[in-house]
Amino acid sequence: MNTTNDQNEEIDFSKAEAILDEYEGVHGALIPVLQKIQGAYGYLQEPVINLVAERMNMSASEIVGVATFYAQFHLKPRGVHIIKVCCGTACHVKGAPNIVGKFSEVLDVPVGSTTEDKLFTLEEVACIGACSLAPVAMIDEDVHGKLGPDNVPSIVEEVK
Amino acid sequence: MAKKINRSVRRKSAAKGTKIMIGMGTCGLGAGAKGVLESINEGLKKQKLSVDIVPIGCIGLCTQEVLVDVIIPGRTRVTYKNVGQDLVPQILEEHVRDGNVVKKHALSQMHYGDNSCTPYKDLPFFDELEVNKSQLKYVTGNCGIIDPDSIDEYIAQGGYLALKKVISTMTPEQVVNEVSKSGLRGRGGGGFSAGWKWGSTAKYDSAEKYIICNADEGDPGAFMDRSLLEGDPHAVLEGMIIAGYAIKASAGYLYVRAEYPLAVKRLRHTIAEAEKRNFLGENILQSGYNFHLAVKEGAGAFVCGESTALQFSIEGKRGMPRTRPPQSVEAGLWDKPTCLNNVETFANVPLILNRGASWFSSIGTENSKGTKIFSLTGKIKQAGLVEVPMGTTIRDIVFSMGGGIQKRKRFKAVQIGGPSGGCIPESLLDSPVDFESLKQAGAMMGSGSFVVVDETTCMVDMARFFLDFCAKESCGKCPPCRIGTTLMLEILNRITNGEGEEKDLDLLEQMCDEVRTMSLCGLGQSAPNPVKSTIRYFRDEYISHIRDKVCPTATCVALHRYEIVPDKCTKCLLCVKNCPVEAITGSRQEEVFLHKDKCIKCNLCYEKCNFMAIK
Repeated sequence: MNTTNDQNEEIDFSKAEAILDEYEGVHGALIPVLQKIQGAYGYLQEPVINLVAERMNMSASEIVGVATFYAQFHLKPRGVHIIKVCCGTACHVKGAPNIVGKFSEVLDVPVGSTTEDKLFTLEEVACIGACSLAPVAMIDEDVHGKLGPDNVPSIVEEVK
Repeated sequence: MAKKINRSVRRKSAAKGTKIMIGMGTCGLGAGAKGVLESINEGLKKQKLSVDIVPIGCIGLCTQEVLVDVIIPGRTRVTYKNVGQDLVPQILEEHVRDGNVVKKHALSQMHYGDNSCTPYKDLPFFDELEVNKSQLKYVTGNCGIIDPDSIDEYIAQGGYLALKKVISTMTPEQVVNEVSKSGLRGRGGGGFSAGWKWGSTAKYDSAEKYIICNADEGDPGAFMDRSLLEGDPHAVLEGMIIAGYAIKASAGYLYVRAEYPLAVKRLRHTIAEAEKRNFLGENILQSGYNFHLAVKEGAGAFVCGESTALQFSIEGKRGMPRTRPPQSVEAGLWDKPTCLNNVETFANVPLILNRGASWFSSIGTENSKGTKIFSLTGKIKQAGLVEVPMGTTIRDIVFSMGGGIQKRKRFKAVQIGGPSGGCIPESLLDSPVDFESLKQAGAMMGSGSFVVVDETTCMVDMARFFLDFCAKESCGKCPPCRIGTTLMLEILNRITNGEGEEKDLDLLEQMCDEVRTMSLCGLGQSAPNPVKSTIRYFRDEYISHIRDKVCPTATCVALHRYEIVPDKCTKCLLCVKNCPVEAITGSRQEEVFLHKDKCIKCNLCYEKCNFMAIK
C-alpha cells in the first residue's frame, strides 16, 4: 500500500488501525469511523481511505461517495484553525455576506480554501443555531456572536 | 387551565449554601459565558467565598445572555442579564457577600426550593416579565432552570415519573392510545399524528424495532431542538424510552447534527446517567423491558432531516431519500419497523403521560394541540426561545414576546419554517400559529424558526437566499429538485442582478408548481415555498427589480445606481483612492464626480464612505 500522502509525507497508519479495531463488526459504522479518522489526521487522505476500504470490506469508491456527500468530510488538508461563518437566515438578514467578505479579505483567501501558511481555513456553514447572536462565526469550537466587519481583523489576530 | 406555570423547584433538599448558576448553552457561550465564569471563579477565590457554581442551559432570553443567577439560602433566585466580566466583582461583593441585589443589572427573580423564600423588593418575578406573560413554558419549563447534567435535579422536578407510571401501570397499547387521544402532532415539520405513527409501528411484529429521535435541526434559523437537548436532555430521553416501550422497540438512536457539539456531549452523559439509574438499558425498573440508546452524529447534510435519508445516514450510507412505500413504520432503519420523531415531540411525551391526554388536548386549537416552541430571531428587539399555546397570533409573538422591531424600523414580514416555509406579510399578523393556518398562509410550521425581517430586507433576495440553500443542499437524486431549484436560482440571480425579464415571474410560478409536485421527498416538494410566498405577497418588489431595475431596499448591490450626494460629501477622497477602475474623480478643490460609464458597481465606494455621501 502507498504509505505517503500527496505532500509526500510518511503516514502513520496506527491511529487509523486503532479506530478500525474499535468499530470492528459494528453495523453501519462507516460515518463514525470516517469522523474519527478525520479527527486524527485532519482530513481523509487517499491511502487511509484505501485502508478503510480493505478493512471494512467495501470499495474505495463507495467510501469516497459517502465522504463527498457530507459537508463535514474533507479530502484536502485544512488549516490549523477552521473559521466557519454562519450563513443561516438570521445571520443572512443581519449581514453575514459582509462578514464572509471581510474574513476573505483579511485572510486573503476565497471561501472554502486554506491560507498559504496553513493556519486558517475559511468556510461557510448553513446554521450553527446561535441565531440570537447573529451574525456569528465559529472558530474551532468557539462561537463568536454579534459580529461586524470591523471586529473581524481583531478576532483573527486573537486566534493567531 | 393554569395560565402560569409555577416555576418553584420542588426540591427534596433546599439549597444549602449559596449557588451561582450561569447560562452556558451555545448562546451563552457565544455571548462570553466562559470569560464570565473565569471571572467568577477568580473573584470567589479572592474573596474566599465558597459557592456552588452550576452551568445551566438556555432559559430562552438569548439577547440577555450572559445570564447569571444568584441564590442565597432563604431568598429568591435572582437573574442578572447581560453580565460581562466587568460586572462580576460588583455582583459578588454586593449580592453574594452582602446579600443586596444589584438592582440596576437584575432582570427578575423567581422562587426556588419551596415558595417560602423571601422575595426582594421592587424586582419583578420571571413570570411577570412582558416576554413571559403570554407564554406557556411546559416543554421548556426546565430549560435554564435546572442543571442539565444532573439527573437528580431532573428527578426532583418530577422527571422519570411518567416512565415509572407507564412501566408499572400501563400496557403498550394504552400508551399508544393515550398519545393518540392527546392529539400530539410531530413537531419536526409535517405535523403528522404521533399516535398514528406509534400505533402503526406497534402493529408490525418484529424482534427488532427502532426508535429514532431526529435532532438534525438543519433549518437555518432554528435552535429549539438544540436548546432542549442542551437545557433538558433527560426529558427527550424519557420521551424516547416511553415511545420505545409503546412500540416494543429494542433500541433507539439520537441523530444529532455535527454542528451541535455541546448537545452531543450532554446527551452522551445523560444516557450514561440514565443507565446507572436503570431508566435505560436491561430490565428497566425491574419490568423485564430492555431498551438501549446511542447517539449518532450527523455529518453535515440538510437532507438528512428527511426520515428515510436520516436512516440511510445511520446505516453509514449517503443520505438520500427513497421512494415510499414502504413507510418507515413498516420497513425503516435496516428494513425494520421504525418510529421516527422530532426532539420536541419526544419532549412533550412525559408531560402527556403525567398530566393526561385530556389536559394536553385542552391547550391549543381544534386540530393543533399543545404548545409550540419557536426560535424568534432576526430584526427583533429580544431574540430567543418562546413557547406558546398553538393558536397564538403572530402579532403577539413578534410584538409582545419579541418586543417589536429594532431601531424603530417597520415590520415587513416573518419567515416561518425555514427553507420549507414561507414569508408572512403584515396583513396577516393576526393569524394564529397552528399547522393549518400557517399552511393556508403559504408558510409551514417547519421545525419552528421564526425570522422577523424589517423594511430594509429585500424579499427577492430572501427568496434567493433560501433557494440557494435548497439548491446547494439538494441530494441530487431526483431531477425536479436538483435541476429545478438550480434553474429557479438562476432566474432569481438574474432578477437580483438587474437582468430580469417580464416573463420571469410566470416562469418562476410555473416552476414552483413543477418542483413541488414532481420532487421525490418533502424537501424538494417544499423548496419552492419561499419563492411562492414572496411572489404572492411581495409581487411589487419583484416587479420593481424586473421592470424598474430598482431594489427598493438597496440590498441587491448590482442594482445600486451610484451617485455622489454633494451635500454630504466632505471631499475626503477615500472613494477616489479606493475605486479600482478610476470611475470617481475629484480633488480637495473640485466636486467629486462619479463616471457611470466606467463604474463596475463593485460597491467599494459605498462601503468605504464614512458620510453616507454615496447612494
